[in-house]
Amino acid sequence: MATKSDVLDFIRIYADKMVEHRQELTDYDQAIGDGDHGINMSRGFKAVIEKLPAVYEKNIDEILKTVGMTLVSTVGGASGPLYGSAFMKAGAAVKGKDELSNEDIILAFDEAVGGIQFRGKAVEGEKTILDSMIPAIKAIKASIADGKSMAEALVDGEKAAWDGVEYTKTIIATKGRASYLGERSIGHQDPGATSMAYVFQAAKEVAEKVGC
Amino acid sequence: MVGIVVVSHSQKIAEGVVELAKQMSPEASIAAAGGMEDGSIGTDVSKIFAAIKAVDEGDGVVILVDLGSAVMSSEIAIEMLEDSNNVKIVDAPIVEGSLFSSMESSIGSSFEEVIDVLARARVYKKF
Repeated sequence: MATKSDVLDFIRIYADKMVEHRQELTDYDQAIGDGDHGINMSRGFKAVIEKLPAVYEKNIDEILKTVGMTLVSTVGGASGPLYGSAFMKAGAAVKGKDELSNEDIILAFDEAVGGIQFRGKAVEGEKTILDSMIPAIKAIKASIADGKSMAEALVDGEKAAWDGVEYTKTIIATKGRASYLGERSIGHQDPGATSMAYVFQAAKEVAEKVGC
Repeated sequence: MVGIVVVSHSQKIAEGVVELAKQMSPEASIAAAGGMEDGSIGTDVSKIFAAIKAVDEGDGVVILVDLGSAVMSSEIAIEMLEDSNNVKIVDAPIVEGSLFSSMESSIGSSFEEVIDVLARARVYKKF
């Protein structure tokens, strides 16, 4: 379960992570892309933090939608429309709610993946955001089905996400700027998969803090 | 008149393309949506959305893009419109496409005719 204040915490913690890991994400992107992922994500989430007070009183769906709308106009690179679509779809999945059950959280994650796939027209195994996101969500679902708490499931989810990031080192990029490099993209981890792994890390930290 | 929106990661590219197209077709309804709010490199859905609104006279709008997120950001801007039937991203070279389509639209051609011209801009030989 997650309250509205947990959702707001998650957004704040993730925004802090994007500032903290700005250089790291940019370095990964410089190796195989256009070298702006960390700059773009930190710029986008700084704008999100500025917008957040205006929606404190709104329901969770409005908050997530605002995050998405802000990202598509402030990130600048491909991660803007991709993360933006993810947050907008997640918001649409939990319409009118000011509290999320575990089923709601899983539905929001599923819709977010659907949003990214629709927008980016990518599938798993193409060295993208999806390579950490899809395994993470699968792990969360399996853990919840095994009767674990959401906090425990998110520990498993984050681990699966980082395993997914490791996996991106072994594959060729076929989407985005990195695809111009072909086989030379092997050996490098995907910056988008990395920034997505921090989503699950942020969610896990919130869950651990509130003990859900 | 069919409207034209030029989307680039660079504000200067988008504005330069519009400047060039206007020099040949001063009456064309064409708008630049390049870069971010602060002028840095990137594409911005709200800028694209505003540009579509600015050139939409009810006869359709074509969007020319450079690459990558320009396509995805334009798609989101189109989805945000109440009526997106006659708004289309066209896969054509951004400079040639903008010049040809602004000439075509400014002589009063239809949405379909402008799109047809853009298809030809794709295979236009420079020499």
